[in-house]
Amino acid sequence: MIPGAFDYHSPRTLDEALSLLQKHAGEAKILAGGQSLIPAMRFRLAMPPILVDINRLDDLRYVEERGDHLAIGAMTREHALEDSQVVRSSYPLLHDTARVIADPLVRNQATVGGNIAHADPANDHPATMLAYHATVIAKGPSGERKIPIDDFFTGLFENAMKEDEILTEIRIPKPGANSGGAYTKLERKVGDYAISAAAVQLRLDGGTIAEARIGLTNVSAVPMRARAAEAELLGKSVSDAVIEAAGKAAAGECDPSPDLRGTIEYKRDMTRVMVKRSIHKAIARAKGGN
Amino acid sequence: MPQLEDRKEHHSELAEGVSARVSTTDQVQIKTPAKICGMGHRKKRKEDPRFIQGKGNYVDDVKLPGMLYMDIVRSPYAHAKIKSIDASAALEMEGVVAVITGEDLKAAGNLHWMPTLMSDTQMVLPIDKVVYYAQEVCAVIATSRYVAADAIEQVFVDYEPLDAVVDPFEALKDEVIVRDDKEKKTNHIWHWEAGDKAATDAVLKDAATVVKEKLYIPRIHVSSIETCGMVANYNKAREHMQIYMTSQAPHAHRTVFALVSGLPEHKIQIISPDIGGGFGGKVPVYPGYVICAVASLVTGKPVKWIEDRSENLQADSFARDYHIEAEMAANEDGKITGLRVKTLSDCGAADAAANPSKFPAGLYSICTGSYDMKAAHIEVDGVYTTKPPGGVAYRCSFRVTEAVHMIERMTDIMAHQLGEDPADFRLKNFIRPDQFPYKSPTGWEYDSGNYEGALKKAMEMIDYRALRQEQKEMRAKGELMGIGISSFTEVVGAGPSKDYDILGIKMFDSAEIRIHPTGKAMARFGTKSQGQGHETTYAQIIAEELGLPSDDIEVEEGDTDTAPYGLGTYASRSTPTAGAAAAMAARKIKAKAKKIAAHLLEVGEEDLEWNVDRFQVKGSPDQAKTIQEIAFAAYTNHPQGMEAGLEAVDYYDPPNLTFPFGSYICVVDIDKGTGEVKIRRFVAVDDCGHIINPMIVEGQIHGGLTMGLAPAMYEEIVYDENGQNLSGTFADYLLPTAVESPKWELGKTITPSPHHPIGAKGVGESPTVGAPPAIANAVVDALWHLGVRHIDIPITPQKVWKLLRDNGVTD
Amino acid sequence: MSNHEITLTINGETVTRTVEARTLLVHFIREDLSLTGTHIGCDTTSCGACTVLVDGKPVKSCTMFAVQAEGADIETIESLAAGGSLHPLQEGFWEKHGLQCGYCTPGMIMSAKGFLAEHPNPTEDEIRHGISGNLCRCTGYNKIVEAIQYAAEKLQSAEAGGE
Repeated sequence: MIPGAFDYHSPRTLDEALSLLQKHAGEAKILAGGQSLIPAMRFRLAMPPILVDINRLDDLRYVEERGDHLAIGAMTREHALEDSQVVRSSYPLLHDTARVIADPLVRNQATVGGNIAHADPANDHPATMLAYHATVIAKGPSGERKIPIDDFFTGLFENAMKEDEILTEIRIPKPGANSGGAYTKLERKVGDYAISAAAVQLRLDGGTIAEARIGLTNVSAVPMRARAAEAELLGKSVSDAVIEAAGKAAAGECDPSPDLRGTIEYKRDMTRVMVKRSIHKAIARAKGGN
Repeated sequence: MPQLEDRKEHHSELAEGVSARVSTTDQVQIKTPAKICGMGHRKKRKEDPRFIQGKGNYVDDVKLPGMLYMDIVRSPYAHAKIKSIDASAALEMEGVVAVITGEDLKAAGNLHWMPTLMSDTQMVLPIDKVVYYAQEVCAVIATSRYVAADAIEQVFVDYEPLDAVVDPFEALKDEVIVRDDKEKKTNHIWHWEAGDKAATDAVLKDAATVVKEKLYIPRIHVSSIETCGMVANYNKAREHMQIYMTSQAPHAHRTVFALVSGLPEHKIQIISPDIGGGFGGKVPVYPGYVICAVASLVTGKPVKWIEDRSENLQADSFARDYHIEAEMAANEDGKITGLRVKTLSDCGAADAAANPSKFPAGLYSICTGSYDMKAAHIEVDGVYTTKPPGGVAYRCSFRVTEAVHMIERMTDIMAHQLGEDPADFRLKNFIRPDQFPYKSPTGWEYDSGNYEGALKKAMEMIDYRALRQEQKEMRAKGELMGIGISSFTEVVGAGPSKDYDILGIKMFDSAEIRIHPTGKAMARFGTKSQGQGHETTYAQIIAEELGLPSDDIEVEEGDTDTAPYGLGTYASRSTPTAGAAAAMAARKIKAKAKKIAAHLLEVGEEDLEWNVDRFQVKGSPDQAKTIQEIAFAAYTNHPQGMEAGLEAVDYYDPPNLTFPFGSYICVVDIDKGTGEVKIRRFVAVDDCGHIINPMIVEGQIHGGLTMGLAPAMYEEIVYDENGQNLSGTFADYLLPTAVESPKWELGKTITPSPHHPIGAKGVGESPTVGAPPAIANAVVDALWHLGVRHIDIPITPQKVWKLLRDNGVTD
Repeated sequence: MSNHEITLTINGETVTRTVEARTLLVHFIREDLSLTGTHIGCDTTSCGACTVLVDGKPVKSCTMFAVQAEGADIETIESLAAGGSLHPLQEGFWEKHGLQCGYCTPGMIMSAKGFLAEHPNPTEDEIRHGISGNLCRCTGYNKIVEAIQYAAEKLQSAEAGGE
């Protein structure tokens, strides 16, 4: 399995990368971690004539709190999220997610920006970023723009960025007090894409669920929020019945395809179970547990 | 099944040590000191230093001057007419040397077809139609791997798709004929029976209880981490073909190549270098090998072909694919009385199974297992479908896995049906130790066994009775926990020449030992290790027999120019056959050594006795000659009239197969939400007779258990209705990782084989054979009270979830 | 199709070669540099037989282009016993029978090396997850886990001895 031939560019600055994209509009493909793109190229499912490798853009590698948000440089490797102290202590949903993406070797190369920009509903970060209400920063020839995550995923493998833009940063709002989140993923074996997975981020106000956002993995053609499930939670007192109702709502609103991972019926029910388990864990964490 | 006659008299002078009545122990026998390191020592492997330093030599590491590379164009259809192949664009590419089609092979002497191991025929490259997805259509030869990969994209094949037939039961209707090259227009290939039909029918008719179940043992793939490959190097001046090949059976392959190609056999050298795992997948001759060899003949240059993983998964031989319907009978006392089995074997587009020629369903008739019963009758039918051909082992001795899965599932179903504890039910029905050698109702003569000993040991290790108590308590709380047992009997070491051959070549195996003047030795074998550690274990056998330190013995396999002829390594046959040959060749040497010692010590042979590494005069052990002294004398001071040198060769024809066995107990917990099965504990007690190297045996068992777990829970080759392979990469064909694989807990009993020169039986495959039913039985045990009787492997969360929800269980 | 001159360090040695942009790092290592200890087992970034360390991190060299390794420091299995004595991981795999056919072994050892650098005192569960990107078909993993535990202890005590 040998990739087709291509021209290769390795810009040293973001501006250089942007001008390469402009110059080769329609032909150039960005190479980030390459852990999805290179296998696709080996099978010749992808045959980009030009690759713009942005791995030299070291400025795009950081994970730190800035003001009211956690800023993640697009070229941050997944393993850096696993290792990050601030992620571990304050962003448990993100930490949960980073640990179950593919395998440790892949996570040493794969990037957060690539995982999101690929807009693959089977990838894990989209659901998590939806639950976090993240903002994507895209930079193009005319400057920088902020794309709310809810507007980012526009289709299967399609996002709201223009061809000449590069995803540079992801911003996750700092969770308020009494917040908690969790990612629960059901896999056929470790490192596999999810049969179904649920990202939940919520905030409690006393015994009431004051805020809740839920993202789902691999049960729709486009990464999706489980809005009906969120509605079941909002303003409600925590109870098993409420959580069950949210799970059922998610099962109803997701839109999985049948494949080797399971039938539609199975995937819907697993979405129910994953959503419930994530909610339970998120609530426990909001109350100060692990 | 042909009756096995008693052939123990063979080799009787040399086959010392193990009596016909054997007893069971759990202590490994060690007779040699550490410096000699014979049998029973946990010797570190001699082959490891090269592997841990990245200095192994696998086929893809072979690089010859001027070497070309081959890549293969494969069919996107499971069944289609080939209207035309246009390779002109590929041929115009820089670096492309040749394109080889079926027409080219036909012109070269009808090489477009080849015989399979089961005397069927298989296309090398097609002329007019393809019969499975990913079938080889033509090959490109180029100056580099990369150019060859580019060039196969530039070969344009015009296909006319035909209906695929994927389901073997549909295939039996003969509406779509897979092999219209055959005279008889039918997909039915063969019918095979074993046992006594009338007696079995009578037993089932009169039984107090009969249980019946349908089981499917799905199509799986060995997936050794190294794929298959070859470097063919034809030297026109010498008219000599040198082949490096991922081969488990280099001699047999040399003979097949000679027969197919017409090249004289002495002009073919097959070298099987280090092999990155075999498990049966490197026994067949695949079309790629033949095309690669032809490519070298045509171009006069070395040609390398290395499969991609997806090619390996999609086109190479599969394993299993048995559709079974079984009935078991028991009397009022809960004793098993009979077994009736009907099976459909989905062979794919050719019967290319790697079975001994007289056994189209392999050793499947061993399926009465560890249980004493009056009658059994087995019927198997082979059928063509538009899927890749095959039927290889997957770490199994010729269909024993299918047999064991069926009998162990049926035994568990019967126990549950009768309301008996599955362990107690087995203990009651086992063949007793005093019944060995045991003649089974399908004609086998089991050499030795102590089944209750192994099961009792496993029960003790896992505290079986306490687990049953815990299960009761958990069930009261609505939790699902299951305990599964598998008490399997394996049959390995094919085999006695009377019944066992492959394409007519008898299934003996060989050893040749040469002792150098300084007391160091070279030993060569007809087998070929793919990770089993032969370089270490064969040396330990010879060390045991001759007292030479095992470090002083160089073991070599895999080069047909130097090794004695043998049938190769698969079906756990190396220790039973070549391991026996090692002992027998050593004993021939020892017999000569005794004469030399008598000469040196100036006594009669009858005055000498053997003591670990020397012959000594009876009653005066100070008067002795060590094996090293004798070796030196063999070249410097041998008796007049005796040939110089100290060497021997043995072609060992086993008098019977060997019958390893064991009892496994698996404990599972089931997640009611997702249907996930978590293996909490897995205890494996194996008995493979005398142990050559306990460390290597443990490694074989661990590996075999994980390869039993794999089809039990993860692996299956899945086709859609058009015959497209949906699980053709490691992204969807799910090999277990270190996370899925449990921490295996091992125990052992030792019941030697009475007929094997060192009492050993073979072990590499027992756990792959024994593990799946232990897991399946545990899952069904957890769900039986809900009304669940059976679940087919692989036991995926979805299958369990469906059973849970269908029976009203949720989280 | 572009060709590129790249300079990198491999097993302590600086090499400069011209490569086609699409050349996979694993082919560069095996074919251009003739370091055949690094193996290939799949097409889908699943098996880890090709694992090498790039700037200290274990990655799958079949899922990286050689041209991307410009300036990098690469370690393959061939580097481990360069000093003449076996690395504790090599010792561990030999002592504990952590290999059978040997094909996955170089990748497994390099993966474990990267893992132990970050988890010097791992639990069994951490080890199992740590090597979950490497497939072995022979051993059933028990003895690989023991081999890595052996190396971890040996490396730990060497470090304690050195302080």
